Amino acid sequence: MTLLSFARGPGMQVATLILIAGMFWRLSGILLLRRRVAHAAARNPFAVRLLGGAVTIFTRAIPRRTFWPRVGAGVVLNYVFHIGLFIVLFGGAPHILIIHEIFGVAWPDLPKGVIVVASGITLAALILLLVRRLCHPVLKMLSKPDDYISWLIVFMPIFTGILLSGETVAGYGALLAWHILSIEALMIWLPFGKLMHVALVFAGRGMLGYNFSRKGAAT
Amino acid sequence: MNDIAPAPFQKAAPDVSKALRGFIADVGPTVALSLESCVHCGQCAEACQFYVQTGDPRYTPIHKIELFKQTYNREMGPFSFAYKFFGLAPKLTQETLTEWQDLVYDSCNMCGRCSLICPMGIDIADLVEQTRHGMYEAGLAPSDFLGALAEKEHATGSPFGLTSEKFRDLLHEIGATHGVTMHVDEPTAEIVPTISSIDVKTYPGSMAAIAKILNHIGKPWSFRTDGFDADNVSLTAGDRAGQAAITQAIVSAVTACGAKILVMPECGHSFTEMRWEAANAHGKDLPFRVLQITELVAESIQSGAIRVNKISQTATYHDACQLSRRGGATAAPRVILAALGVDVRELEDAGDANWCCGGGGGVALIKRAQPLRDAAFAIKKKQIEASGAAIVYTSCSGCRQTLDHGGKAAGWNTSVGSLLELVADNLAARAAA
Ligand code: SF4
Ligand code: SF4
Repeated sequence: MTLLSFARGPGMQVATLILIAGMFWRLSGILLLRRRVAHAAARNPFAVRLLGGAVTIFTRAIPRRTFWPRVGAGVVLNYVFHIGLFIVLFGGAPHILIIHEIFGVAWPDLPKGVIVVASGITLAALILLLVRRLCHPVLKMLSKPDDYISWLIVFMPIFTGILLSGETVAGYGALLAWHILSIEALMIWLPFGKLMHVALVFAGRGMLGYNFSRKGAAT
Repeated sequence: MNDIAPAPFQKAAPDVSKALRGFIADVGPTVALSLESCVHCGQCAEACQFYVQTGDPRYTPIHKIELFKQTYNREMGPFSFAYKFFGLAPKLTQETLTEWQDLVYDSCNMCGRCSLICPMGIDIADLVEQTRHGMYEAGLAPSDFLGALAEKEHATGSPFGLTSEKFRDLLHEIGATHGVTMHVDEPTAEIVPTISSIDVKTYPGSMAAIAKILNHIGKPWSFRTDGFDADNVSLTAGDRAGQAAITQAIVSAVTACGAKILVMPECGHSFTEMRWEAANAHGKDLPFRVLQITELVAESIQSGAIRVNKISQTATYHDACQLSRRGGATAAPRVILAALGVDVRELEDAGDANWCCGGGGGVALIKRAQPLRDAAFAIKKKQIEASGAAIVYTSCSGCRQTLDHGGKAAGWNTSVGSLLELVADNLAARAAA
């Protein structure tokens, strides 16, 4: 079995299994804890509270204006990274092809030039985020091994993806194998560390929005 | 406050196992989600007055609850087995508990400004409250004076040990001094007001003001000497049992006279406690409404039950965090100020994003926290001065006291006033109503 066929076959199967089981375990471990019934009379009816939860998922994506002078730079850098990743992930022709193979849906791809630029910007933003984490006194203090492991685990697929698109340092087969393996590493790590925010961000904002709407307070 | 002896439990070394149990006793899905979600983005630091003013990363809000988070991860999180097996989360120790004491108490107003910015939707202020439960159980509530006052409150129902008899006498005395009819321990009443112990110590006029307003509304009302002190220092100290005992005494007193409305005094934390937590401690819905005094006045102005005279004044208003951002009663004071015709010069960030005065969350009751309190107050001071108003109103005696002290230290010309007393002083004559 070649490295590529391992990555495409059993590697991917194991990674998918760990991703799904791990996420399920972590989410159920949180959400199935005993819930306290809230008895205090709510200011808003159930439907308004639900709406508050749903709306907060979007509104929390952008800080209030008053916070911008102090957090703006970090927020923009994070957005550059996330949007760049989104473009590469869902606009790159090979990715769309795989999504089509698995889910049967497809959409027009973006020109290769756009993807190359987006990948470069994404990688640069990711490196700047690391530099910021290493230099900013608050981020430095807060950071744990998970922050650096997660960084590396996100860096690798982007990096190998860029190498793959240029086919420079090695042959296509080897680079593809490393690209897939790095994605599998990400899938395996995701449920256990901070990358789990892909799911928790919606649950957290929704819960806060719901609870604060109950009080008629700002979300 | 000199008559309050330091609580005896403060002298013992922190009890690690009690802290551990105290931390995780009440963890449900909302708290667990908060403890699991942090992405270490650091934004919460930029919303917190203590970090903003000092630049010290230790004051990063989510860092203040680190021991709670570590304990959760080790003891009950979904991967607790791995945390334990690989030693990924350090064990609680007496040293770490002691090291975190000032972070959990001195440098947190429980103001929730950090909860307003967190992109993951973590209610960090609520986590601080939970963390204080463990710290209190371990014996780490700062004794000088927060812990001592909480202990006295737990034992007597009032942080200053005010007995029912003394309170009754005090009310009659205030009634006589201010020429206002007091209703005390009436067998039935529609409205029951409560007080904050700061009012007793520093602002007794506010009790006369409540009586005046309730007399003006004209519905049967009565103070109850079997449940009157809503202060709830226990809440800010982290004493869950004391906290529940205070609310339960008030619930029983209000229920006993069949009242429909419980009126909370000008006090922030006691409002959030009674409005949003008491029913949970009680185990069922409360048979009456809980309204902060500004909400009652605003509602009554809107229904015509209260009529006020217009005054010509330029003023600003300081939102108590627990009434606005944490309590959902941001609009009520503005309704009142508009009815009075006050020209309000709103502070920068007024309303939901306001900055704490620096004294909230029991910090005003921690002697050694004075420099931190002053640093936080400096933001408020600057904003109030920038408003150009000659007077700042508020509806929380705790905030009022902090603003009073801070203003005095700064040699202010700006005076500090109670919104409740402003209304009481400007009620329209009944005949005109
Ligand atoms: S609740 Fe207020 S004082 Fe406490 S950490 Fe958050 S912003 Fe700072
Ligand atoms: S803002 Fe929220 S996610 Fe960011 S460090 Fe603070 S608690 Fe964590």
